[in-house]
Amino acid sequence: MAHEEKKLKLYSYWRSSCSCRIRIALNLKGLEYQYIPVNLFKGEQFSPEFQKLNPIGYVPVLVDGDIVISDSFAIFMYLEEKYPQRSLLPSDLQKKALNFQAANIVCSSIQPLQNLAVLKYIEEKVSPDEKIPWAKRHIEKGFDALEKLLKDHAGRYATGDEVFMADLFLAPQLHAGIKRFNVDMAKFPLLSRLNEAYSELPHFQNAMPENQPDAPSA
Amino acid sequence: MAPKDGGEASSKLVLYSYWQSSCAWRIRFALNLKGLSYEYKAVNLAKGEQFTPEFERLNPLHFVPVLVDGDVVVSDSYAILMYLEEKYPQRTLLPADPQLKALNLQVASIISSSIQPLHMLSILKYLEEKVGSEERLLFAQTNIEKGFLALEKLLEDFVGKYATGEEVYMADVFMAPQIAVATERFKIDMSKFPTLSRIYESQRALPEFLAASPERQPDAVH
Repeated sequence: MAHEEKKLKLYSYWRSSCSCRIRIALNLKGLEYQYIPVNLFKGEQFSPEFQKLNPIGYVPVLVDGDIVISDSFAIFMYLEEKYPQRSLLPSDLQKKALNFQAANIVCSSIQPLQNLAVLKYIEEKVSPDEKIPWAKRHIEKGFDALEKLLKDHAGRYATGDEVFMADLFLAPQLHAGIKRFNVDMAKFPLLSRLNEAYSELPHFQNAMPENQPDAPSA
Repeated sequence: MAPKDGGEASSKLVLYSYWQSSCAWRIRFALNLKGLSYEYKAVNLAKGEQFTPEFERLNPLHFVPVLVDGDVVVSDSYAILMYLEEKYPQRTLLPADPQLKALNLQVASIISSSIQPLHMLSILKYLEEKVGSEERLLFAQTNIEKGFLALEKLLEDFVGKYATGEEVYMADVFMAPQIAVATERFKIDMSKFPTLSRIYESQRALPEFLAASPERQPDAVH
């Protein structure tokens, strides 16, 4: 039993919200995986080994036997198809499209504008004081859009009463917005309520940054 | 690809688009590939039409493209493409093989998350104000080249006539408009990316791509 190698490997960084999305997905689907930390702060994503896995140097990367998949959206769709238990996309096409939209607001319009590389640039080229306001501005713009997009569709969770893709992409972004960038959540009542709901789900909480093997100890 | 007139307006596809938007170009290209006709509704981004209350109802992020299909409203080019793939499966834009499918999704993500958002107009305007126009161009170029370099490496084991083999897929749909914009607007030297250059030659020869290009749109300004 000790020699059984876990089939799924996830290259991840504790604080990466993109990795967090997939950690939640794996938890929800009951999939065991080997956690392989990549220290982005120390530049481990630039090692030749990791570059071979993912030339753009991002986490997460999923390895499933011979298959190597990078990018959280691609990994998500792969998991949905290969491991259909606990489906994370609704069958109704309109609702499915809503999930895709919400996920993309996060992964195209919010996260890339507040990731490590961009913040470093703002800090160096504009000013260290501008870093947090820049991040807040883009996060709040995205949160405002999500508030409007989801308001007629949300139930207990983002797109109804069940957890779907939108929730997996939203939860880590909310966590980052609140914990790292001090976003004023009073402006976002729906998102605040969703955040509360996620805080009660063990599969979500176990995936959060502070609970990862490579999180710095308190 | 001309829009049809007719009484069944509610069953016709409507695309909110701006001629110069590379994101809208992706969907115009995809609609052409799938042989889907649509009504073109221009949103003049230069005049701020994306901020009207009507448009905000369609997309609270104020971006194009937005697709309206009867009662369904989908914004964001990635989400629109996934929707089109499922609703109109003719001329599929995702391969069946899981590794290749994932590769297409990843390429599209690199473009729509790691490249395009960093050179969209609002970002560049901010940078122009804060760091000047030279630095602004450098920022755009650096991010484009970083993405293109990654794509160059990522695709080298999979490339054929097109990005991921002998057929046109989602990766091509996202890539071709991005390369066009990179060369025309940001003066990227494509000789640094021989694989991408070769693929682009195939992509830009497609009538579906050409018909989707900015200059051929109803709202193009010449």
